[in-house]
Amino acid sequence: MNNTENQQLVDFVELGFMDARCKLIDVAAFLDRTQRAGQADDYRVRELKKAITCLDADNPERAKQVLLSLSDPTEEPIAIAPGKGAAGAWEGSHSS
Amino acid sequence: MRYVEPHAHMVSRTTDDYIKLVQAGCEAVCEPAFWAGFDRSSVKGFFDYFSQLTKYEPARAAKFGLPHFCWICLNPKESEDIKLAEDVLEIMPEFLDSPTCLGVGEIGLNKNSKNELEILERHIEIAAQRDELILVHTPHLEDKLKGTKLIVDAILNQPSIRPERVIIDHVEEHTISIPRDKGFWVGMTLYPVSKCSPQRAADMLEVYGTERIWMNSACDWGISNPLAVPEAAFELRRRGQTREMIDKVIYQNPRTFLSQSPKFTL
Repeated sequence: MNNTENQQLVDFVELGFMDARCKLIDVAAFLDRTQRAGQADDYRVRELKKAITCLDADNPERAKQVLLSLSDPTEEPIAIAPGKGAAGAWEGSHSS
Repeated sequence: MRYVEPHAHMVSRTTDDYIKLVQAGCEAVCEPAFWAGFDRSSVKGFFDYFSQLTKYEPARAAKFGLPHFCWICLNPKESEDIKLAEDVLEIMPEFLDSPTCLGVGEIGLNKNSKNELEILERHIEIAAQRDELILVHTPHLEDKLKGTKLIVDAILNQPSIRPERVIIDHVEEHTISIPRDKGFWVGMTLYPVSKCSPQRAADMLEVYGTERIWMNSACDWGISNPLAVPEAAFELRRRGQTREMIDKVIYQNPRTFLSQSPKFTL
């Protein structure tokens, strides 16, 4: 049995629906919370909302597209590391 | 169930975790050199750390019958200081000669800076000269895509390095094909919030297959789970994957890659 055949035999909806439902509501609540607090303009929130539009795609590569949407798309090394941490969204398109 | 934990930072874990690993079926643990959570002030700090990885940690693991192997390098988070990096590169050979050291790692990039790239290239040169295996750390979050491309290019620029002797770790859905399509091994890190969940790792195994791929916990001083690999195996069982498939991914594959070093024996 190959992986595709195996996948068709598994009830992924039964396995994962409640978990996905929970996470979706958490995302909605996060957006509500940041909006109420006047923080919806933070670039990370804006990038997250942009990435959410990837969920409307028809092909089964939504996770990849969300990750790409949140990634630095440039190709050259930067001059100096600004620190050690990462924020989870690329600020470049928001910086002047 | 048997498995190999190919990437765990045991210096930052308690002895209880060694017991949990063994009880879960772990037959060997491998520990790459990494950033300690703070910058070391001189090369002496690295000398002590490399001694810990090559002497003290294997002895701690041996108390529970668990073989412990390591990888030696300067982590990219500390390679912005070129002078310190050069001092560390100088002391590395002594520790690479250790009987439990499998190669150079985890090297790579963090913020994709010029200095990080320069020190990465120096590590690759050392590995090429000594014919060492390489374990690569790819950057976090928004920096991963760009860093993975830069790292793959840097390694391919060194013609004496064969991709089948290099594992590119911490891949996710948007980066897994970049190294795999060039013949490299890839690692999926099961890490809460910032890397891969067991469900997503299982998805990638079902989509991309089980060749040249492993899973690891990368457990360290952060919020992380030393039993993440058995948990992912459980997810695969829930999905009806065979015992043979699971054994290949969590035991045979890491053993195959790591056995390219004659020092790795089970």
